[in-house]
This record gives sequence, C-alpha cells and structure tokens, in this order.
Amino acid sequence: MSMVPEIDFGTPASRAEKMVTLTIDGNEISVPEGTSIMRASMEAGIQVPKLCATDMVDAFGSCRLCLIEIEGRNGTPASCTTPVAPGIVVHTQTSRLKDIRKGVMELYISDHPLDCLTCAANGDCELQDMAGAVGLRDVRYGYEGDNHVKVRGTDGMNAKWMPKDESNPYFTYDPSKCIVCSRCVRACEEVQGTFALTIEGRGFGSRVSAGMHESFLESECVSCGACVQACPTATLTEKSVIAIGQPEHSVVTTCAYCGVGCSFKAEMRGEELVRMVPWKDGQANRGHSCVKGRFAYGYSTHKERILNPMIREKITDPWREVSWEEAFAHTASEFRRIQYQYGRESIGGITSSRCTNEETYLVQKLIRAGFGNNNVDTCARVCHSPTGYGLGATFGTSAGTQNFDSVEHTDVVIIIGANPTDGHPVFASRLKKRLRQGAKLIVIDPRRTDMVSSPHIKAAHHLPLKPGTNVAVMTALAHVIVTEGLADEQFIRERCDWSEFEDWAGFVSLPEHSPEAIEAFSGVSAEELRGAARLFATGGNGAIYYGLGVTEHSQGSTTVIAIANLAMVTGNIGRPGVGVNPLRGQNNVQGACDMGSFPHELPGYRHVSDDATRETFEKLWGVTISNEPGLRIPNMLDAAVDGSFKGIYIQGEDILQSDPDTKHVQAGLAAMECVVVQDLFLNETANYAHVFLPGSTFLEKDGTFTNAERRINRVRRVMTPRNGFADWEVTQKLAQTMGLNWAYSHPSEVMDEIAATTPSFAKVSYEYLEKMGSVQWPCNEKAPLGSPIMHIDGFVRGKGKFIRTEYVATDEKTGPRFPLLLTTGRILSQYNVGAQTRRTENVVWHEEDRLEIHPHDAEVRGVRDGDWVRLSSRSGDTTLRALITDRVATGVVYTTFHHPTTQANVITTDFSDWATNCPEYKVTAVQISPSNGPSQWQIDYDEQARHSRRIAGKMEAAE
Amino acid sequence: MNLHFASRDIGARTLEIVDEMKALEGPLLPILHAVQAEFGYVPPEAMPVIARALNLSRAEVHGVVTFYHDYRDHPAGRHVLKLCRAEACQSMGGMALEETVKKLLGIDFHQTTLDGTVTLEPVYCLGLCSTAPAAMLDGEVHGRLDAAAVAELVAEARA
Repeated sequence: MSMVPEIDFGTPASRAEKMVTLTIDGNEISVPEGTSIMRASMEAGIQVPKLCATDMVDAFGSCRLCLIEIEGRNGTPASCTTPVAPGIVVHTQTSRLKDIRKGVMELYISDHPLDCLTCAANGDCELQDMAGAVGLRDVRYGYEGDNHVKVRGTDGMNAKWMPKDESNPYFTYDPSKCIVCSRCVRACEEVQGTFALTIEGRGFGSRVSAGMHESFLESECVSCGACVQACPTATLTEKSVIAIGQPEHSVVTTCAYCGVGCSFKAEMRGEELVRMVPWKDGQANRGHSCVKGRFAYGYSTHKERILNPMIREKITDPWREVSWEEAFAHTASEFRRIQYQYGRESIGGITSSRCTNEETYLVQKLIRAGFGNNNVDTCARVCHSPTGYGLGATFGTSAGTQNFDSVEHTDVVIIIGANPTDGHPVFASRLKKRLRQGAKLIVIDPRRTDMVSSPHIKAAHHLPLKPGTNVAVMTALAHVIVTEGLADEQFIRERCDWSEFEDWAGFVSLPEHSPEAIEAFSGVSAEELRGAARLFATGGNGAIYYGLGVTEHSQGSTTVIAIANLAMVTGNIGRPGVGVNPLRGQNNVQGACDMGSFPHELPGYRHVSDDATRETFEKLWGVTISNEPGLRIPNMLDAAVDGSFKGIYIQGEDILQSDPDTKHVQAGLAAMECVVVQDLFLNETANYAHVFLPGSTFLEKDGTFTNAERRINRVRRVMTPRNGFADWEVTQKLAQTMGLNWAYSHPSEVMDEIAATTPSFAKVSYEYLEKMGSVQWPCNEKAPLGSPIMHIDGFVRGKGKFIRTEYVATDEKTGPRFPLLLTTGRILSQYNVGAQTRRTENVVWHEEDRLEIHPHDAEVRGVRDGDWVRLSSRSGDTTLRALITDRVATGVVYTTFHHPTTQANVITTDFSDWATNCPEYKVTAVQISPSNGPSQWQIDYDEQARHSRRIAGKMEAAE
Repeated sequence: MNLHFASRDIGARTLEIVDEMKALEGPLLPILHAVQAEFGYVPPEAMPVIARALNLSRAEVHGVVTFYHDYRDHPAGRHVLKLCRAEACQSMGGMALEETVKKLLGIDFHQTTLDGTVTLEPVYCLGLCSTAPAAMLDGEVHGRLDAAAVAELVAEARA
C-alpha cells in the first residue's frame, strides 16, 4: 500500500474553454486560457519551485521562488501570477533563475529553525523540499541576526519570539517555524470563508495571527483545519502527527458525519489512523472539510466503546458479557419466542442512517425476509420523511435535484430552516464562496444565523418568521410572484400541468395569502417578503436549500410542496445553479431511504403493494413478502405500550434521545421483552435493552454512503473492527442464526444484489465506483454516468405537479401558561445526539446545551446569562443554562440537543407531520423560569441510566 | 481627549462613529482615524465593534490596524514628535539630531515622557528631503533642523 497520490498544481484550474498553446522548457502544451504558467508547467510534468502557491487558493505571488523567464519579455515574473499566452516560450530553469531562487531560500532559512530531524513535518515539509530543489548548500547571512526562532537573543530575551499556541485540541501553531507565505490566511478566507486569520504587523515583524492576536481557541477559528492542510511547514501541524509521525499509506473513504458526505484520505501508519485529509478529487467537498470530519474521529478508540456482546434478563440487571454465538442464539430464540407467543407482527427493526447502504439493505431484508413483516423504519422518519413525500408528489423523486457543484452557478439562494455553517459546514463554505462572488441570499429562519450576517456575508433579506408559519410565508412568496406577473410561464407551460398550475395560481393569489395578510401572525415584514420574492423571481438562477426547520413541523410535507411549487413557478429546475436541495442530516440518510427502510417501501421507493416489485424480491429471497405496510417508529412504540409489539432490533440509532416525547419512548421500550441495540456505545436507548451487540465504526468496514446529492461514495476499511465484526457481518450472523441462508462474503455482493433488484442503481457496482470515484443515482442504462442534475428535460413523474398549500396553524400554540416558542437545532462542533462528538475533544467548544433567549424575555423573567433555568412544556420539563442573545427574536427560545443530560426531547410534543409522522421538533410552546439546578426528572433519569449501564465484573465508571 | 473611557462607552462611541462613516467607500481606514482621534489610540474594545458593523472579521481589522504604524494600541502623550529617519535626513545629520532629542526628552523612540507630555516616534520619510533633516510636531512639519531648532521644538512641546 502507498499514499494516494495528489498533485498540487499550484493554482486553481481555469474554467475557460478556449485553449492556449505555449512552450515550456521545450515541451509544447495546450491549456485553457487563464491558466497560470505554474499550472501549465505542472501539467507538462515540470515542477516549478514554489512555497506560497497551492491549488486550493488563488495565486498570491509572494514567495518569489516560482520565478520563470519568458523569451522576449523582461524580468523574471512569478509563474503563479502570470497567465499563459499563445506561443510564448517559457524557461523554468536558467542560471539567472537558479541564483535568484537560491538567494531567496537563503533568506527564508536564515530565519527558520534547523531542527529538521526532530520536526513533526519531517518528510512532509515543502520548505525542506524546496531547499533541496534549489540546491541550497549554505546560508551566507548566518543565523545570529534578528530572528523569530530563538527564545533568547545575544542580549537577553528575543522579543520577536513567540511561544507555541497549543490551545486548539487538534493542532498547534508554532510561530517560530512560520515563513509568512499566507497560505493559512488565504485558506481560511477563500476555502473556509471564516476570515479568522490575518497577518499582523508588517515587514520582518509580520506574523500569522488568529483573531486579534488571540489564541486559536479564543479566536473566530472554527477549526476546519484548512490552514493546517495549507501550511507548507510545521507551523500548523496536527497534534496527531506530532504524536505519531508521518503516515505511510492512505486510503480514500467517506466521512460518517453529515449529509454532505466529504471524501477523505485516511492517512495511516499500520492500523493506526494518523490524520484525515480531505480528498481534492472528492466531488462533494472538493478538498475541504469541517472540524468534525477532519478531527473528531477519536470516539472510535474511546474507552467507553463496547467491544463485547452483552445480554441481560431484565433491564434492571447488570449487563453480562457473552460470546457472539451466545448473543446471536439468545436474540434469535427470543425473537422466535415472541413471534410464536404474540404473532408475526410483534417484532420489528430500525435501520441506521449512520451505517452503510449495504448494512441498511441487510437489516430491512432481515425484517422482511426473516421476521416476515414490514415493521422497518429509520431515523429519516424524524427528519426528512416529508422531503420524500413532498418531492415525490410534485417532481416524482424523493431526493434533491442538484449536485453540490451546482452552487457555483447560482445567482440567488433561499435558505429556509437550515443553518449550514453549523449543520453542513463544507457546503456552507462553498455557498459563502459563491456569495462573495456576488450571488444574493435570502434567509428564512427564526434565528439570525451566521448566514444572515458574518464576515463578508450579508443576506439581502432575512425573514425571521415565527416557528410554525413556514407554509404561510412560502405561499405568500408565491402570491407575490404570481400576482406581480413574475412567473416563468414558458417553463410552466412546457414542463408542468397547466390546469393544475391555474388552480394553484388562483389559490395563492387570494388576498388572504398576501404578505400583508400574514404579517400579523408570521412576524415577517410584508415589504421584506415582497422584496425577497421579487429578488428570487428575477435574480437569475435561483436555488432553494432547506433543512429540518422545514420538515420537522406538523406541516412539514406541505412546506416541502410549497418549496417545490416556488421552484417550478420561477422555472428553477433542471439545470446547474437552480433546484430544490434538501440538506440531509446524516451521512447516509439518503441511502437509508433509498434502501427500503420505510415500512411501506421496498428499495428504490417502490410501494410494498406493487406486485411486480414484491415478486422481484420474493424470487430472489425465496420468501413471501407482506403487501401491507408495516409499523412506523411511533406506531411501534404505541403498539408496545398497548402490549402488541414486543421485540425490536435497533441498529445504530438512539431513539430515546433523538425521538420526540422522551417519556413515551421510555414507556414503549420498557414495555418490550427483547430490545436489541447494536451501537458503538451504551447509548440512551441501551438503558432499556436486553441485548447489546457492539457496532463498528466507518473506519472498520467496507460499504457505500449516499449523500444529500444522491452521490454514492465508497467507504473503505482501514483497520480491523475492534469489536470483531463489521456491522453487516453482525446482521448476517444474526440472520443465519435465525435460519436464513445468507452467505455474503463482502459488501460488494450486497451492492450487486441491490443493483440487480433496484432500477435506479442498475449500473452501480464496486468495480464501477472504483473506476468513476463516485456516481449519483439514478445510474443505469439511461444515465450510465449517474445524474448530477435531475429533471433536465422534464420531470421524472412526467409533468410537474402544483399542489395547493393551505396554511393550518399547528395545534401547538402559545398561551398564558406557555408563552414562548422553543425551536431546536445544531451547533458546528457537535453532531446530532453527540454519541460520537461528545467522546472527542470537540467538547471544548460545546460542553453543554444552552438555552438561547432574547434579552427582553430574559429580563422579564429575571434570568441572567449563565443562570440555570427550568424549561417546561405541556409534555415535561428539564433544566439547562441560559445564554442571552439577540440572535433569537422575542418570544422565541432555542436550544441544541447534543447532550443526554439536557434531554430537550422531554419537552417536545407528540405532534407530527400530517403525511409522514415526522415529529414537530421545531415548535413547542414553553415557559422559562429561574431554577436551582437539574429537575427531579433529570436526577431520576441519570440514576436510572447509571444503574442500567452496570456491567457485571467491571468497575462502574466514575462520572 | 478623554483618556478615561469605560469599555462600554468605547463600544457605544465607536458604534456612533461607524454609523456616521459606514457609507463611505472603503470606510475602514477613515473609521480607524476617527476612532484614534476620539480616544487617542485604537482601543482593542473598538475593533470587534468595527468588525461586526462592517461585516469583517476581528482578524481583518487587527491586520489593518497593526499594519499601519500610525494606529496606536495605547494613548500617546499630549504632543507627538516624529523625527524623520529616512536616507536623506540621515545623510544631513539626522542621527545626531536624534541623539540630541532623546537626551533632551530623556526617552527613546516609542516612549512617552514621564509627565505624559511628549511621545517620540521615528518616521520613515516625511517627503521633505530637500529641507532635511525634518521632523513633525503634532502634524506640523519642520525642516532644516539643527540642534538649536530641535531644542526649541522640544521646549514648545513640553510647555
């Protein structure tokens, strides 16, 4: 094995189509117009020495090492900032250039420590490489003069020396090794878009500074690591590299956090992971990453990870470690007993959006073929099920219409109910880059998120709506577009059903849907709303990106339909730069949905009542599949409370923490006789489990993840599963113990079965993915290269369907007892229920969930910043600490749900989307009052959790 | 010039200045000048306020402030005397003049006299090479200086 090769071309690729031919060192080469001479040289195979250039950022021309000579032109221009021209003859190595380069390197090295042998970058240092490349043999200036290297000078302390900044948990900043090439500063600006770094001072005094000469941790830095990746020396270095040393081989794999699905090179030394480096050929992330993907993998070796199977009779007993055989035999016999005793429908399972497509496919297959029912559901139930419904009804496919590259062609963006800088940071960086190029932004969100206003980003319109009024606002946007004659009639006539459009247009034009009419209850200024509608309809390519703030409402599906209507009425479907783009939460939530995880759908979104589809699987599996949809998660819990549902197999999901109305979930789980949890850790759900099957991490298995843009990315095993088996093997062994004749020897065989049975995956195989890197489904005979953009010449369902979107206020209303509206969300450093990120150093950024409250609301209730407050709703109450901020409007409070001790879902109600049962997480009427500390419920819960996590023969973990 | 602003007042006053000047093209430098004119230096508390109002990062404002020697990170004395140290002035006896001034004031460059009256600073070219050596006292330039002339300038500053 070896390192995955990546060429640094020095400057970004030119997009021009016109080609230019020139001669470099005697080689004739043709490159697109606008390409730098440096890049053209690299393409011709000639590496011009360089330090300040890298192809992730624009050329800067400061290091003066990449100079070249051009026949007929004066001087020695920098090859990074000089574009190619037709017919020029370039020389990259002449005696004049050699002298200049050597002189420049002497200056660099005269202010750089000579500790190469003990330096963390040894073997991966561009300064070292360049010293070698230019033939540096001595430094005439010596090392005694002014410098940033030595702690002490000849007369006492060296004021120019600065100590190492080790505040960031993942990387160090050592100013003494800095050559001030500005690559980190430019990466922070151009790639990440945070602008947390600068060069302070001038001349010889110039140094990289985070924030206003702050430590990295205190500065605006979001720890994405782009600067570390860009640094050519050991100035910014991963602490893991300092601890372990340089990697010796690398493997391309896919991040297991959010739905962006970034491609990474896992750089390894033996079976030890040295670092994750975003892969430049990754088509979702284009070489960028966030703090979670790059750094937060420490959970895979965390001491709390469970590595042995465990069982127990009652949930009040301590766990007993058993062999895998015993665990499988026990589970199989329990499931069979329950089915014998309570009927075939009395057990079910939940697939995981964190696991691979192949694993999800196997779990639903186990349930359909082994359990003999359709009682399978997945966490998409609680996040993007309305997306499936809404986009399926209007366009004909349950997925986003674009690839992420599409954002580079967008002119106006609507972000609704999403906070991409925290939830989908890499997409946010790509979007911010486009916004800095001049695209306009409309944010529809109750909170003033970072997208509304942050360095170099300013939304043209922010519509701070009251939680729960999405449909009214979206319909009002359509009202303005239709009544002001801004609709794209040609598009609608060609692509959509005209009579349905007319009906819908008549509906939205009604005066009660005007911005003025809804202003009173939506809280959105009519004038702002009209401005936003006009901008979206007339501003060029318009794209809509949305998140859980759209779907997790009682009218989630209606809002998705309203979004689809808005895209159709403005003609923004079917080409780059437009479209409807759900920002999906989990790495493989798209894939889990594709793989038939819903109780009513077989893989490929085909209804279980469809005889032909059932027959395909029945023939292959040799079983009869029920044509009746099974139970959804909430139905399973209801049935459990009623006594008719007794056993469940949950792979990689923590429903107790993530699902709404915690007390109801608790009651449901407690009523079951065999709860099987397969996970990395004893999660909250495991407190109610009878069997625990240890799971494996994404680093320990082969498979595929499908990201939010329908991209099927390979996940590659880089280390042996610490628990002994990859998750797909665990499911297979359980199935075998239950008597099914499965014999997969590798996940690729599972993918072959998926491709053989599911038309939209027809051409997908591991071999094909190896060749293509990744593909976006549908990938079949009609679209052999996959489908980056959907609905190009017409909608999948035929004609686009306009559907009326009547606003119905949620039953969850504020009143005298509960006057505030609670909405929930995420923050950058933590991920979902936090099972992974809480077990990494990421906790330095977010050690507890806080309640954001507007200063006015806080003052009325006598709450000060940092005070403990009691948060109560009709469902329950919990306590957490307040954070006073005007990011939220008056009347709205906000919190995250990353920490189990907070249990925000004790508060959320059991209201849900009318079409899909997606819970209404985003609107809960609450009251806030000062409090002394944790509520009795929290104390009881902690006690129960601690009691439940005991493992026989092991010391209880001190906490 | 009031040197006793509380942090809160600095923020509020800075915001007023920013609001007045934000509409200018390239407003950052004029705002920093106005802030320095108001407080005698660019207080660290002012920078995040400016950054937020102009949609910049704190780092960017810090980068600009530290790039220009004219922006101070602490208040200067009541008078600021700048001596030109560029080539022309040096060749016309500027170095000797420097020593004279330092002795008269009892301070080095970048320092302020104990009574807070004078701050001495080097400057690299006032553009008065033809009348070197040159100096600038509180924004007013003086040329063709000799020992007597600088003594007069120092006396004026200390008065």
